[in-house]
Amino acid sequence: MKPLQPVSASARLVLGISFFVVFVAVWAAATLGGFVSKTFLADPITMVRSGYTLLAEMGFAKDIGWTVWRVLGGFLIAAAIALPLGVAMGAYKPVEAFFEPFVSFARYLPASAFIPLLILWAGIGESQKLAVIFIGSFFQLVLMIAVVVGNTRRDLVEAAYTLGVSDRGLIRRVLIPGAAPEIAEILRMVLGWAWTYVIVAELIGASSGIGHMITDSQALLATDQIIFGIIVIGLIGLASDLFFKWVNRRLFPWAQLGR
Amino acid sequence: MMGTILSIRGVERRFDTTLALQATDLDVDENAFITILGPSGCGKSTLLRIVAGLDRQTAGEVLLDGRRIEGPGADRGMVFQSYTLFPWLTVLDNVCFGLRERGLPREQQLDIAHGFLNKVGLKGFANHFPKQLSGGMQQRTALARALANNPRMLLMDEPFGALDHQTRELMQELLLGIWEAERKTVLFVTHDIDEAVFMGSRVVVMSARPGRIKLDREVPLAHPRHYSVKTTPAFSALKSELTEAVRTEVLAAQALSQS
Repeated sequence: MKPLQPVSASARLVLGISFFVVFVAVWAAATLGGFVSKTFLADPITMVRSGYTLLAEMGFAKDIGWTVWRVLGGFLIAAAIALPLGVAMGAYKPVEAFFEPFVSFARYLPASAFIPLLILWAGIGESQKLAVIFIGSFFQLVLMIAVVVGNTRRDLVEAAYTLGVSDRGLIRRVLIPGAAPEIAEILRMVLGWAWTYVIVAELIGASSGIGHMITDSQALLATDQIIFGIIVIGLIGLASDLFFKWVNRRLFPWAQLGR
Repeated sequence: MMGTILSIRGVERRFDTTLALQATDLDVDENAFITILGPSGCGKSTLLRIVAGLDRQTAGEVLLDGRRIEGPGADRGMVFQSYTLFPWLTVLDNVCFGLRERGLPREQQLDIAHGFLNKVGLKGFANHFPKQLSGGMQQRTALARALANNPRMLLMDEPFGALDHQTRELMQELLLGIWEAERKTVLFVTHDIDEAVFMGSRVVVMSARPGRIKLDREVPLAHPRHYSVKTTPAFSALKSELTEAVRTEVLAAQALSQS
């Protein structure tokens, strides 16, 4: 091994999968070998079996559907407002000066700490779940989008001006397309964070969703079900991440060049 | 002799307390190719950027066709030393950028763009992205992009400065060929004396900071010029005079930076 030496695509895949194998092997050895009590940690086989029961007999697929809907709903609302605001902040310095200090402060407010307040304001219905995800992702998105747009190469801006672009044309034809691949990366990253918020929102005051199933299983000491729930979240997260990466590569082929 | 297209009158640029450019006067005739020579940091780029409208003078004024320049515009095309093609647009769309801003129908844009791509010898590269091109090809595209806009004059800020020697000489011949055919007025900043004499119909030498015009010479070489003029006595005579003048200024600039 040499520092920064690239690795081939096939070797990367094999290495990536082998850690999953090692992980499951250690888990299986610890549980099936009797080193860890079943009360605290279920073994992989029980986990898969009870996962099947959950899906086939207890309607867990519906819970998954609810959770996915909440994440996407809250995230899309946050993104729909954060995109124009972030671009405006990046492009116009007075707008940035107006919002930036507050947004920087607000992004450190922990979304999960808002849950009691949000239950008081919005009840335990869907709007409360969406609000948690919104708070958790909106401020992060705004700030990062503003930074990316504000970092547009100045020589490109100058070149555009000497080609006769108007101020609005500059935003539409230079700032936004130039920042687009990085904005897509930001969306991908923050969507991952939104997944952690939805579970927290569902642990408290929910009657459906993956988080709700996990709290229910805790009362029954069903560690197999808890682990299955966690793994499902992980798999959905991984799938959405891969999907996002694939879409970004398709949408912005130019950004892949010369990397 | 044709009329004056550009007049620079008492233009001065001060950065805080340091004077970068002393009150400078320069009249540019229609269809002239003026090369501006000087040691680095003498304010020659600043002068060009003021003409482009990308920088503001602290005193004096610049008139293009008798009208005061207040900001950048499509009437002054510019080619920068850095590679300023928009990386998200293909070569063809880069050349169309200014035309699209003017709202020209797409067919017409493509007609004009293909014409200029042919002139700079990039016929087969219309659908490449800038990152797929060599430095010389990127600068040729930038030249085509500036010319496609049909500006009143062309401003060039050491456009071949980042290219290797051989590519640079080929680019000089290419640009000179285009200029001989179109007779577009050019203001060309460089620190390469050979380049200044070979390309220019008139050479202006600027002094060390604070910059001012120190020497102003017509180039006594007929057009069209072949690269072999670089070995003629007239070329050598002017070159040695300019070399002497620039050398004095470089020494002065060094003395200044060491004091």
